[in-house]
Amino acid sequence: MKVNGVAHPAPSDSRRLLSDHLRHDLGLTGTHVGCEHGVCGCCTVLLDGAPVRSCLMLAVQAEGHEVTTIEGLAPGGAQLHPVQQAFHECHGLQCGFCTPGFVMAVVGLLQQHPHPTEEQIDEGIAGNLCRCTGYASIRRAVKRAAELSK
Amino acid sequence: MLASLEDAKVLAGGQSLMPLLNFRLARPAHLVDINRVGGLDRIYERDGGVAVQALARQAAVEDSELVARVCPLVPAAVRLVAHRVIRNRGTLCGSIAHADPASELPAVLLALGGHVIARSKRGERKIHADTLFAGVFETSIAADELLVEAWFPKSPKPFAILEESRRHGDFALAGVVRAGERLALFGVAPTPVLVDPKDPARGLQPSGDLEASPEFRLHLVRVLTDKAFAA
Repeated sequence: MKVNGVAHPAPSDSRRLLSDHLRHDLGLTGTHVGCEHGVCGCCTVLLDGAPVRSCLMLAVQAEGHEVTTIEGLAPGGAQLHPVQQAFHECHGLQCGFCTPGFVMAVVGLLQQHPHPTEEQIDEGIAGNLCRCTGYASIRRAVKRAAELSK
Repeated sequence: MLASLEDAKVLAGGQSLMPLLNFRLARPAHLVDINRVGGLDRIYERDGGVAVQALARQAAVEDSELVARVCPLVPAAVRLVAHRVIRNRGTLCGSIAHADPASELPAVLLALGGHVIARSKRGERKIHADTLFAGVFETSIAADELLVEAWFPKSPKPFAILEESRRHGDFALAGVVRAGERLALFGVAPTPVLVDPKDPARGLQPSGDLEASPEFRLHLVRVLTDKAFAA
């Protein structure tokens, strides 16, 4: 499987979750693990460009696919990805635990709806939980990200 | 392969099965991942309705122009299933095979009078929705069979799907599917049920939990039915 453009061998343990493989085997700890049953959205990564829950996939299922994690959005500390920049500008985070998942979900949302309506924004981030912000600043960040992505 | 393994579960989108495995609520001896089976992700028109194959993701069904044209009740229901990120991976056929009593798609299949195709080494058979759902998380699909396709007839008009849940994208406390004059309910019995729209709560004995008492679920059934037939 390719992770952030780099080819990696398959994990030896077929029972390994993709989220655990990314964190423990590849050291990509930017992908966070919250609930481990698909509710919190912290572990969201892109699979062939579309956001999915990495805790609801076995790592071996990603064989032959491209995985993008939060580390892959601004490789090597280069300029921030527009969605990251927008979260920074709009204070779309406080503790930051949910942020990688939100960012990856919003990347997917803006691919689907480059100019999202309020309703599409709410729908797009509804699968991610944030216990700090109250979501208002995250909604603003999504709008700003759409502007920055133009 | 399914026929040769004891205690095997089919893994498609995994959006229901993987949480059960993570929590060790399900501990099958074998998992058979069908994601690499080719030519099993089509959505196509058949017999005046729409057929959705086993690996067609819910997001693909949601975005399909064909499904929206022939059977708009289906995308309306899919949009109530969890969240888009889940639907990017989850499959429509998986939701039906999983047969969660609170899930939307089994009730839609039942309301529309659709069927599924189950395939095994023994051959293929058609299972109508009214004989498919056997109990909580149970269907009449045999251990050696794979649900390869679900078929929905053209949506009659008017149609509606309404549900009430505690949180956006969460499982429904109760829900109703109207397809013409037919009404199916979900979340109020071990399986989706077809009921008389004039007296939808008759004979029902829904379970109660922390989120909703049996009485509240019956109340929701009546209110949602009124709304569905007011349109």
